[in-house]
Amino acid sequence: MPAMSWFQRLMHGRIRTEGKGKARVPDGVWTKCVACEAMLYQPELDRNLGVCPKCGHHNRMTARERLDSFLDSDGRQELGQDLSPVDKLGFRDSKRYKDRIAAAQKSTGERDALVAMRGLLKGQGVVACAFEFNFMGGSMGSVVGERFMCAVNACLQHELPLVCFSASGGARMQEGLFSLMQMAKTSAGLAKMSEAGLPYISVLTHPTTGGVTASLAMLGDINIGEPRALIGFAGPRVIEQTVRETLPEGFQRSEFLLQKGAIDMIVDRREMRDRLAALLALLMVARRGVAASASGDTPDAPGEHAGDAAPDSAPDSAPDTATGSS
Amino acid sequence: MNSNFLEFERPIADLEAKIQELRGVENADAMDLDDEIRRLDSKLKSRIEQIFSDLTPWQVAQLSRHPLRPHTADYVRLICDEFHELHGDRTYADDPAIIAGIGRIGKHAVMLIGHQKGRDTKEKIRRNFGMPRPEGYRKALRLMQTAERFSLPVVTLIDTPGAYPGIGAEERGQSEAIAKNLKVMARLRVPLIATVIGEGGSGGALAIGVGDRINMLQFAIYSVISPEGCASILWKSAERAEDAATSLGITAQRLQQLGLIDSIIPEAAGGAHRDVELTATRLRDTILKQLDELSQAEVEEMLQRRYEKLMKMGSLQQG
Repeated sequence: MPAMSWFQRLMHGRIRTEGKGKARVPDGVWTKCVACEAMLYQPELDRNLGVCPKCGHHNRMTARERLDSFLDSDGRQELGQDLSPVDKLGFRDSKRYKDRIAAAQKSTGERDALVAMRGLLKGQGVVACAFEFNFMGGSMGSVVGERFMCAVNACLQHELPLVCFSASGGARMQEGLFSLMQMAKTSAGLAKMSEAGLPYISVLTHPTTGGVTASLAMLGDINIGEPRALIGFAGPRVIEQTVRETLPEGFQRSEFLLQKGAIDMIVDRREMRDRLAALLALLMVARRGVAASASGDTPDAPGEHAGDAAPDSAPDSAPDTATGSS
Repeated sequence: MNSNFLEFERPIADLEAKIQELRGVENADAMDLDDEIRRLDSKLKSRIEQIFSDLTPWQVAQLSRHPLRPHTADYVRLICDEFHELHGDRTYADDPAIIAGIGRIGKHAVMLIGHQKGRDTKEKIRRNFGMPRPEGYRKALRLMQTAERFSLPVVTLIDTPGAYPGIGAEERGQSEAIAKNLKVMARLRVPLIATVIGEGGSGGALAIGVGDRINMLQFAIYSVISPEGCASILWKSAERAEDAATSLGITAQRLQQLGLIDSIIPEAAGGAHRDVELTATRLRDTILKQLDELSQAEVEEMLQRRYEKLMKMGSLQQG
């Protein structure tokens, strides 16, 4: 093994890459915010859902942390957890796809890059899924597509709304055209959701690009971005190489997408649960007859929007289209 | 040598040049030359057959982008008995990278939509090398919905390196435009027949590629990412495109084995560009046959089958 250069020795412990998400210092109790470099107490950061209390930077969450923080703790049921990827193409680059799967499974503890659960959101039935970015960049292969469909099918069967938290580099190259077809497959599922009159909220988190943006992530009845999340079709590097210009500051960030009309709102992660519970209660009024009581304990007081909705106003405001689906 | 030949076509080009040369001096002393030309002609045929029976995926990829390869407009001219081009997304602009219009193929009135690359430099730039911007996909969407209103089957011809990765395209919602097409095509209440005629480049291809029937011309490719793009990401070198092309499984033959496409339309010997009329006739015959089949089916049944077809796509296992 080559000796460390004087520079590396000098800089050892000071050079950090963003690759692993959290810039941990050795003992794991203190961590440094990648954005403002403030030293943060890890348990406090965890309590704050990975949002830096100093600058508001949204650090990456695992899929399970995400669903754990989003759903009520009772009544969760994981969907499609038995599905595993298969290397039908025998894909091999510098590594075999099989080995990449095994390594990703080992490091994340997940079988693939999407986790789907049926559960409750402040007492309302909901199906939620979240991408695991640490699993091969959250890339969408066949298992991601099929698990997303497990989520959609649970919604169709039990008349539930769907929420998806995306974080993905796009389609998984190692599955070739199978992965491209997951874009069509998931979009078809979402078309059925629309026909059935069931709401779908897409939350785009950092980063969401490529085939995932160009399918399920942009198809929300409501599209929500987390602050400063990178969201786009092509990655910034590809665009720069194509147009040979430097990209404007803030290009492809949530704030930019909001301004361009691509997303409905930006929601801070710490308010996500309250905001989505309120929105879904309103969107499900016609079906449930009355706005579910997502209000009360929420700082954002959805009650002030939904509290007056009378049960008898429901049939007029939105005809039940559930019979249209099969 | 002519840049309109690919490296592996060189033996063919050489033979053709020789034949051409002999034809030029024909009137000098005829008898021997005729024999020689006949001999070379049959040699040419067998050489073409030999070369094209065993192409690597990378060679097929090059062929799919051959400088002389017929484009959507060429096929439209040859397979439609009538065609009226329609323009614009009604919102922002007309995108010349996608051609669309109402036409007639035999007894079937159809909506025809396809990517259009350019032939010469000027047209290539005007067509943006067949890379649509959001307005292209929105024009396609608008006309698919028009087709649905008037019960016209939609026939699409796919030939694009991909959706354009530019600043304006991102600003105007490239991803949303593609996603919306996928969602709408999944449930469009008219038959959809999609054929990859050249390059099927990722989401930019799929955005007009959802179908009740998915066909590929024999030497077309269809891929989640270009072999060059894949190589530069996974091998860290675009030079490894040949390996990427093999790994990705992009040829019609491979994709049919994998159950991802329905049929392969054979091209003329030596590729579509060597006999455009013949290739177009085969394309037309396939489309006509599929139009006949699909127009028999009940709409609900057709939608159900289309949905099931999409749901089956994947490579995974329980446990």
